[in-house]
Amino acid sequence: MGIDLALIWAIIILFGILMYVVMDGFDLGIGILYLFVTGKEDRDVMMNTVAPVWDGNETWLVLGGAGLLAAFPLAYSVILSAFMLPLIFMLLGLIFRGVAFEFRFKAPAHRRHLWDKAFICGSIAATFFQGVTLGAYIHGINVVNRSYAGGALDWLSSFSIFTGLGLIVAYALLGCTWLILKTQGPLQDRMLQLARPLTLALLAVIVALSIWTPLTHSDIAQRWFSLPNLFWFAPVPLLVLLAVYFLLRSLNNRPHAAPFLLTLALVFLGYSGLGISVWPNIIPPDISIWDASGPLQSQGFTLVGALLIVPLILMYTAWSYYVFRGKVTAQDGYH
Amino acid sequence: MDVDALLLARIQFGFTISFHILFPAITIGLASYLAVLEACWLKTQNTVYRDLYQFWIRIFAVNFGMGVVSGLVMAYQFGTNWSYFSDFAGGVTGPLLAYEVLTAFFLEAGFLGVMLFGWSRVGPGLHFLSTIMVALGTLISATWILASNSWMHTPAGYEIINGRVVPVDWLAVIFNPSFPYRLAHMGVAAFLATALMVGASASWHLLRNNDNQAIRKMLSMAMWMILVVAPLQAVIGDFHGLNTLKHQPAKIAAIEGHWENGPSEEGVPLTLFGWPDMEQEKNHFAVEVPHLGSLILTHSWTGQFAGLKEFAKNDRPNALVVFWTFRIMVGLGILMIALALWAFAARMRGRLYQSRALWRYSLYMGSSGLVAILAGWFTTEIGRQPWIVYNVMRTADAVTPHGALEVGITLALFVVVYFVLFGAGTLYILALIRKGPVLNAMEAPPEGGPGEHNTPSRPMSAAPDADESRAQVSMNRG
Ligand code: HDD
Ligand code: HEM
Ligand code: HEM
Repeated sequence: MGIDLALIWAIIILFGILMYVVMDGFDLGIGILYLFVTGKEDRDVMMNTVAPVWDGNETWLVLGGAGLLAAFPLAYSVILSAFMLPLIFMLLGLIFRGVAFEFRFKAPAHRRHLWDKAFICGSIAATFFQGVTLGAYIHGINVVNRSYAGGALDWLSSFSIFTGLGLIVAYALLGCTWLILKTQGPLQDRMLQLARPLTLALLAVIVALSIWTPLTHSDIAQRWFSLPNLFWFAPVPLLVLLAVYFLLRSLNNRPHAAPFLLTLALVFLGYSGLGISVWPNIIPPDISIWDASGPLQSQGFTLVGALLIVPLILMYTAWSYYVFRGKVTAQDGYH
Repeated sequence: MDVDALLLARIQFGFTISFHILFPAITIGLASYLAVLEACWLKTQNTVYRDLYQFWIRIFAVNFGMGVVSGLVMAYQFGTNWSYFSDFAGGVTGPLLAYEVLTAFFLEAGFLGVMLFGWSRVGPGLHFLSTIMVALGTLISATWILASNSWMHTPAGYEIINGRVVPVDWLAVIFNPSFPYRLAHMGVAAFLATALMVGASASWHLLRNNDNQAIRKMLSMAMWMILVVAPLQAVIGDFHGLNTLKHQPAKIAAIEGHWENGPSEEGVPLTLFGWPDMEQEKNHFAVEVPHLGSLILTHSWTGQFAGLKEFAKNDRPNALVVFWTFRIMVGLGILMIALALWAFAARMRGRLYQSRALWRYSLYMGSSGLVAILAGWFTTEIGRQPWIVYNVMRTADAVTPHGALEVGITLALFVVVYFVLFGAGTLYILALIRKGPVLNAMEAPPEGGPGEHNTPSRPMSAAPDADESRAQVSMNRG
């Protein structure tokens, strides 16, 4: 066997999930930020900055699921049965939020507030339960005989609730800096105000997680703090601090894209930190990507398509963003 | 395994997929319809086509949103509810689903933004391209998911190694024996259901004397479509049934309510109506036509095929359910053919835009396509039981070992959320249909729809005809 298909697939899935976190992150963040913006016109503008692209953003989540099923069926079945409840709550959140995009503009005026609420609650619930699932995933899954052996509520812990709340902060910052990029005038000013406390809050979350995770998981502590590793991984926290510093500084002088790009960098760093903690396990604490591999025929067959098609997808997605480039104002509402 | 949890998991899957399929059916049909409308507009520059495009695309947008979010649930349910199935057969169903995401979902989603909101941002050529890509995406999507589903009905191209399915011949996996029939039947069903909806919308307006060029065009296009595809669907269905007889004889026996063969010279009668009884192994109140069963399924006067009694009791699907769901589907199919013929006759006599009785019939048939689709899927899926992968894995061995409580709670949540949200969505769609196409919409864009301005957004259903300059169609709302 020349090429390590399991490895390639793990990378593709990690990439898909990263794309999802980045792209759906900012549009879920907009739902969260609805809490801080009440004017109807501003809310229209906020929603219109993502209306043409939210469906594509969400498709990366489907790719994560389908890729997992194709390449690592065992991981798909174990992870999804272990986290059935938080995942279904997340899906229900996404349903509320997804229909709000269309319904909000179709509803009679006196009912629009209902869809605003659906949008807010759906976005927050989806984000929170994504974070909870993430925390519970890091925590590990009890597997016996290729099957989930824990209880229905094993995912619930103070750690997972914290990761849930932390993700809300992260997505809110992504949404906030996205709006700095896509809007102008008072709405942009409001976002500039919000960006600073959100950045600091996210920094606090990252610091807390960096302490909490190794304290409660000795294997993860081992991974980070044993000797050669420490040097390899040391840049991650340093880069986090740098990114935060530049992000805060960029807020001072009428920024455009800089805060968003720096937030992306921050999210990417946090994500790689988590990756370092669990790699190469796909079902923490001890089932690796090779143990969970599906048939080679399945991985190979799907890989051909993925390698040929993902670049195309990235191209036409970029084109679509390009078509809707520039600031969104109340006048050019897409709806 | 907890029997109640199994039952609840099945109900949950059946419930969520039944909701989901309604949206794709309309998405598939409308996307192609929109592509045709835009092509006609670009070619003829007749504004009727553009106005119809602007009208149907709003309905498409609402429907598409509901299709996406309900589909998202499906992609995860294989793992949450059918984990043993996913681990066992993920090697086949996973790649097919992954290809669906790569080739179809991204295509739809990537071009949807431009299709909905890009009318004035890109040139007509690029916009048309986007519409085509979305329409193509819906068809590709149907192809992959139906390959996956058909493989579960007629598995092929695999081996079982270490207790798991390993695909050995991908062409055989994809082009498994029931796939071509199912793809054709479901694809045509989507076009048929959409045409019936479009036709009913036009009829509703005509019955209210909202007669204009766009409404007439809608009716005419819908009736042509039904005339072509309704009879075609019956032919495809017949072939589909013959193929099923070859691969899933127990399903056909259940559909026909056929318990056992009599003397060979009698052939098999067709039971038109009756009440199959799984316990007593016979039909009550049966109305039979001698030899017709043989004629349809073996194309001979006295041909015979297996009856249900030839299968072990625990290998039999529920005959009562599939017997009736099948008859609902076929019955509606016949009523659709009747509609098509009537409309054709009226058209020939120049009465298509005069005959109120025809419009009323067409209005009543508006949702029949969707009902037939559900009835068809119930027949297919319940007829496959007790297998999840036919003759390979039983449904009871596929289910995730959750407790009945968790599954029950999530099921209850799905039921409440789906009825509330998708109920509201359906009402919005109906309200949009009621509003009707706006003539020359692009010269004075209306508010609140995709691709248009929303600045002083006025609620569309609160005061539909306040602004006469735009709403040329007068609205009598019932
Ligand atoms: C015959 C066609 C058909 C059938 C049988 C199914 N679907 Fe579907 N699905 C579509 C046709 C479709 C579509 C036309 O492509 C949709 C409908 C609306 C849309 O946005 O795309 C879609 C949407 C859709 C989405 C959202 C895609 C996105 O994010 O854009 C997912 C994840 C699924 N489906 C998954 C499933 C699964 C797991 C199914 C089986 C259990 C299933 N669908 C049955
Ligand atoms: C789209 C229209 C569909 C409808 C309306 C539909 C309907 C149903 C129903 C009613 C059942 C329950 C049968 C029973 O338990 O007695 C079922 C079972 C099932 N279907 Fe479908 N189905 C559809 C498509 C699909 C597709 C495309 C797939 C797979 C790719 C699929 C996979 C399954 C599975 C895994 C089950 C097993 C669960 C069970 O037996 O209850 N279905 N479906
Ligand atoms: C009029 C004559 C028709 C006949 C003889 C017919 C025949 C059949 C048969 C035999 C099946 C079951 C196939 C299997 O499970 O293996 C089926 C399924 C189905 N039918 Fe029909 N049908 C007819 C009309 C319709 C109409 C009008 C619609 C919808 C508009 C429809 C939609 C479906 C769907 C969605 C399925 C399930 C998917 C599939 O297996 O293809 N059918 N049909």
